[in-house]
Amino acid sequence: MALSLFDGKGTPLERQRFTWRELVGKPISKLDDDAFTRVRIILMNGIEAEALRFGHNAARMSAELREPLAAVRRIEQHQQTMVNWLLGADHSPLETTIGYEQVAIEVTAALARTEPDPYVAQALRFAMLEDFDHLYRYSALMDRLTGMDPNNILQCYTDILPGRPTSAEHRAPHDDLARPWDKRTAAPLTKLHTMTITAGEQQTHDYYMNVGPMFADPIARQTYAEIASIEEQHVTQYESLLDPTQSLIEQWLLHEANEAYLYYGCAQQEPNPRIKAIWERMLDYELGHFRLACECMKRYEKRDPAELFPEQLPEPFPYESNRNFVREVLGRELELAKRGLDFVPRSDESRASIDYRAQLNSAGSPTDIVAAGYHWRPGTELNLRAVNL
Amino acid sequence: MEKSSELTLKNRTGMQLSPRHARELLETVESAGAAIPLENGQALAAARGAYIAEADPLGTLPAPATLKGVLKSGAKMVAGLRPQVFIDKLAERAAFERGGTRLYEALLAKFAAEARASRNIAANTDLTEERLVRMRAEEAEHFALVSECIETLGADPTVETPSADVIGVASLGLLQVVSDPRTSLTQSLQALLAAELIDREGWELLITMADELGERDIVTRFREALRQEDEHLLSVRRWHVSLSLGASGAD
Repeated sequence: MALSLFDGKGTPLERQRFTWRELVGKPISKLDDDAFTRVRIILMNGIEAEALRFGHNAARMSAELREPLAAVRRIEQHQQTMVNWLLGADHSPLETTIGYEQVAIEVTAALARTEPDPYVAQALRFAMLEDFDHLYRYSALMDRLTGMDPNNILQCYTDILPGRPTSAEHRAPHDDLARPWDKRTAAPLTKLHTMTITAGEQQTHDYYMNVGPMFADPIARQTYAEIASIEEQHVTQYESLLDPTQSLIEQWLLHEANEAYLYYGCAQQEPNPRIKAIWERMLDYELGHFRLACECMKRYEKRDPAELFPEQLPEPFPYESNRNFVREVLGRELELAKRGLDFVPRSDESRASIDYRAQLNSAGSPTDIVAAGYHWRPGTELNLRAVNL
Repeated sequence: MEKSSELTLKNRTGMQLSPRHARELLETVESAGAAIPLENGQALAAARGAYIAEADPLGTLPAPATLKGVLKSGAKMVAGLRPQVFIDKLAERAAFERGGTRLYEALLAKFAAEARASRNIAANTDLTEERLVRMRAEEAEHFALVSECIETLGADPTVETPSADVIGVASLGLLQVVSDPRTSLTQSLQALLAAELIDREGWELLITMADELGERDIVTRFREALRQEDEHLLSVRRWHVSLSLGASGAD
């Protein structure tokens, strides 16, 4: 069953309340909960972070929206707390990083598989192969720095293999831009996908920028620096897919619709009943926010929000292993590069990107160094025994 | 039995419980014995070496601010052990004893929550709240003792020295274990055991250093602290063994 944005009223804003005890509840079990529960937590933390980021920027550009945005933002900040605090303290920053890359691979793959716009789907597949490589580099770092097995986090859902080498992902800024979709003709799903992936990549960037300096090892610090730089490129690519002529309220509405859509998918597929109840509560809160944004659109733009969204939103994407899809894309598109707004064979890459990368890597690339000769094995590369399952 | 030693089919970290996904994942793994990890890590080792060669220290020791301090440190400089090294290690101990006091406070909260429900804990007749409170107080007294000695030697007991910084980093995980509501008393005692082992070695070294510097009074007072730390270590070790054995059997 798909979600209808206009049927339910959601929880009214004045009833969207928390206590500190509720906000800081029991975390998930790193050992016992499904990896996709963690994937959903990380994704939704990113979605709420984007809600706040957008809300603040919009408030700086609109006097009339300041009050409603402030009201919604306060709740979204608490929602983000409730969601992000579900990660237990036994997740080290590096383990959480492996979780972030699993999100980047599995969610991007799921979006790419269902994306109706071929150009947007290409953009998703392009960056997915880069995030796939980040997982391999961080896995090598985890194994070689701590002796821990990244598959304990990934739970066999995601391959640990090289993708487009991180050291080859550095591009000149203009080569990271993409052609925006047209707000009048783009499918609702395309709009939602672009919102989701931009938020996901931005939070990944911000997370790496925060935890990178927490590492003592110099190559770990460098690895976070190098991969964070690519995440910034990915944000640049994805946000440039958004139609810049959308009004502020239109963008706000899209944010709220996407949050509801994603929480709906989380609730639908969550096996942990305690976490499922949180997703359901958040969905009702988001429908309340959507309703408020709709009222603002009617009042200030004299437009009917129903013009922007179909009766029912498309089915949520499945949270599942996309191993075969990723392997196919790896086989087909590993050698792609960017030239301006276009995805091109590596031989056609711009001189500006080649020069930029050569300079940046001129004193060595940490992701090359940390993963030199790395082959993941069950129980880390230190396990030389054959594994019989 | 402790919750964490229950057998379930819930733990998802291993490969055997997800045979289909594990089989697919294993297609990516090369034949056993092919990798030689130490050689593979050479690039990493070289890059680390370059940073180590250029690294600045964590920080430095402050010069004594008082005249008394200057005189004392000047007077002792002629001997083999430099007084500032002693000050650095004293400050490390002060930091660790402060942290140890807080570690016992975190343990007391866990003890209060678990003790009533566990026959296993009750079987250890000397594992009581009173005993833990006493041990906590001794850690706090040791902090006061070391701070006083630092002052007597003319140094500033409020300074965080490089060794104090290092011991803080080294013990981060211990507090994470004990303060997590999900860890059991046994798991917390394991972290405490590590802390007490570190602590005991620290006091041994301080006594050797004080002896070297001819600080007789300090040697005497530190020997008493070491005696108490020995008792802590023996108790914590015994409780940890007993509860671990209990956790592996019926409780």
